[in-house]
Amino acid sequence: MDQFLQHLLNGLVLGATYALLGIGLTLIFGIMRVVNFAHGELYALGGYVAYAAVSVFDLNYFGSLILAAIAGLVMGALIEYVLLRRRDLGSIDEVMLIMIGTMLIMQNTELLAWGGVAKAVPSPFSQEPLVWGEVSVSPIRLFVLCTALVLLGVFYLLIERSRFGLAMRATFQDRDAARIVGVDVSRIYTATFALGSCLAAVAGALLAPVFVVSPTMGDLANLKAFAIVILGGLGNLAGAALGGFALALVEEFGAGYISTAYRDAIGFLVILLVMIVRPQGLFTGKERIG
Amino acid sequence: MSRQKQLGFVACVGALAVLPLLWPDPYMLSVVASCGIFIIAAISLNLLLGFTGQLSLGHVAFFGIGAYTSALMSLGFDVDLLGTGTPWVVAPKPVWLAFASGILVAGLFGWLVSRIAFRVRGAYFVIVTISFAQVMRMVALNWVDLTEGPMALNNIPPLTLWLPGTGTLPIATKASIYWLVLAAAVAAYLLVAALVTSRLGRAMIALRENETLARSIGIDVTRFLRIAAVGAAGIAGAAGGLYAHTVRIIDPDVFMFMFTVTMVIMVIVGGKGTLAGPVIGGLLFGLLPEVLRGVLAPEVQWIIYGALMILVLIFLPKGIVPAAGALKRRVAARRTPRVAHVSAAESEPA
Repeated sequence: MDQFLQHLLNGLVLGATYALLGIGLTLIFGIMRVVNFAHGELYALGGYVAYAAVSVFDLNYFGSLILAAIAGLVMGALIEYVLLRRRDLGSIDEVMLIMIGTMLIMQNTELLAWGGVAKAVPSPFSQEPLVWGEVSVSPIRLFVLCTALVLLGVFYLLIERSRFGLAMRATFQDRDAARIVGVDVSRIYTATFALGSCLAAVAGALLAPVFVVSPTMGDLANLKAFAIVILGGLGNLAGAALGGFALALVEEFGAGYISTAYRDAIGFLVILLVMIVRPQGLFTGKERIG
Repeated sequence: MSRQKQLGFVACVGALAVLPLLWPDPYMLSVVASCGIFIIAAISLNLLLGFTGQLSLGHVAFFGIGAYTSALMSLGFDVDLLGTGTPWVVAPKPVWLAFASGILVAGLFGWLVSRIAFRVRGAYFVIVTISFAQVMRMVALNWVDLTEGPMALNNIPPLTLWLPGTGTLPIATKASIYWLVLAAAVAAYLLVAALVTSRLGRAMIALRENETLARSIGIDVTRFLRIAAVGAAGIAGAAGGLYAHTVRIIDPDVFMFMFTVTMVIMVIVGGKGTLAGPVIGGLLFGLLPEVLRGVLAPEVQWIIYGALMILVLIFLPKGIVPAAGALKRRVAARRTPRVAHVSAAESEPA
């Protein structure tokens, strides 16, 4: 039972950052119909910004989170403006391949800049775990959980309560109708891509001291983000949040009770299973497919 | 193919076939042979991506399955089936038989994946195919009893050719490997050419252009997609088998996403939906790394690949081959406008 609580806690910590990752991806897909293959690289970008800030420029970790957020925003806006503006987003395959090209460029630039060796980002907290009975958690993980939850809350308010969020939701539902009532759709696109990228970068920076930063972290993050989004249904924000927690918990319990070796395979098995049973995602109503 | 094109094709193949006699440098031959293996894989991907319009980003799965099946069958194995205590023993098989079984098993998985993946389209399809390849990589990595996991499968025997009457011929010299790869590439090319110019191919192109319309005129879309998937998987499996027996060591990295990306770049840059496209793209991206080696770091090379793909998608969305064809027609039109009009109408659409 105590083992159970421990796994649950670990799963929640991971799940909160997975949710950030998944929401960014699903937001971009939902609004722009762009499958962002560079999403994992934006996550890696966040990790590297945190590493550079803390280890090279001797900044404080909390400051590096803000830097990562800014880097994500700028990079996302740049990608959208340079590569996707004026493109016909209707041809999903073509846009997908452009994003794969972007992924190649980003990943190899990281390799050139930082080399292939994984980098550790020191935790700003004490290494001493906090213990309640049999359950223990390191302070950094607790910080990650709380920050991610706060960000999820802020994001929710932004989408649900702000005028900007309203314009976003309008574009989400019907681009042409939104344009007619005066929404600047191209600006919403840039903002969407920037915001989604920002969430990924923050997730990368948050997890940097928990794991390590390496040029291949983007690949795994990418595939996990897809798993999360498929679980929740592409373009479904609440689904992505739930999907993030669901995937993390499945992974954590799968690793704990079945086999750690297949930990990263579990996500993909889940995708395949969901595709067989409910191709439209677990948390969505029936959508047009095929 | 028109008579002129047929002659051109035969001339190209003939020129390639005498290459080892004129320039018997073993290093050069092995580079061209491994380039040829990727061209075969690109040809198979083009069947799916170019002719049915389905962007499969898990194509490396079939390449890897072909490689592992062929290697394992030729080495033989003895494993406990899924931890049930049931032994699963296979004695080493002759290489040509192992190679054939690799094609068969890859085709079988192609059928299986098509059952799952063609329930969905677009982004969903892409993600299902990627996931499948990842699951395969995880299996190769973790089923250590069977695949040796990250320690890799070593000492894979070289290819042999089985001829009725003469028995088996070993294919071990660089030149003979080169010829075999060339023969396999020609076979794959002709198979795909025959497939896409048949009634089957027309159905595939119809469903690529407009699936709803194709369905409405009675084309059994799912069936044709499935045939394309099985064919593509089988050819990719053959490429994987060739890879395993020429490199003679394979590890789970044969399932790397980057291999798929390489194949996709070859097809897209060369021209998807054209027969020559994957060959041109494959030559370009298979030989370019060798030319650039020593001049550029591999990271820079990948950055160039990525940038090149983006530029091609933006400025030459159909790829090199159709663009070259259009250029040729335009030049001809400028010279003799009337004749050009007729020849443009006669020339094949793809």
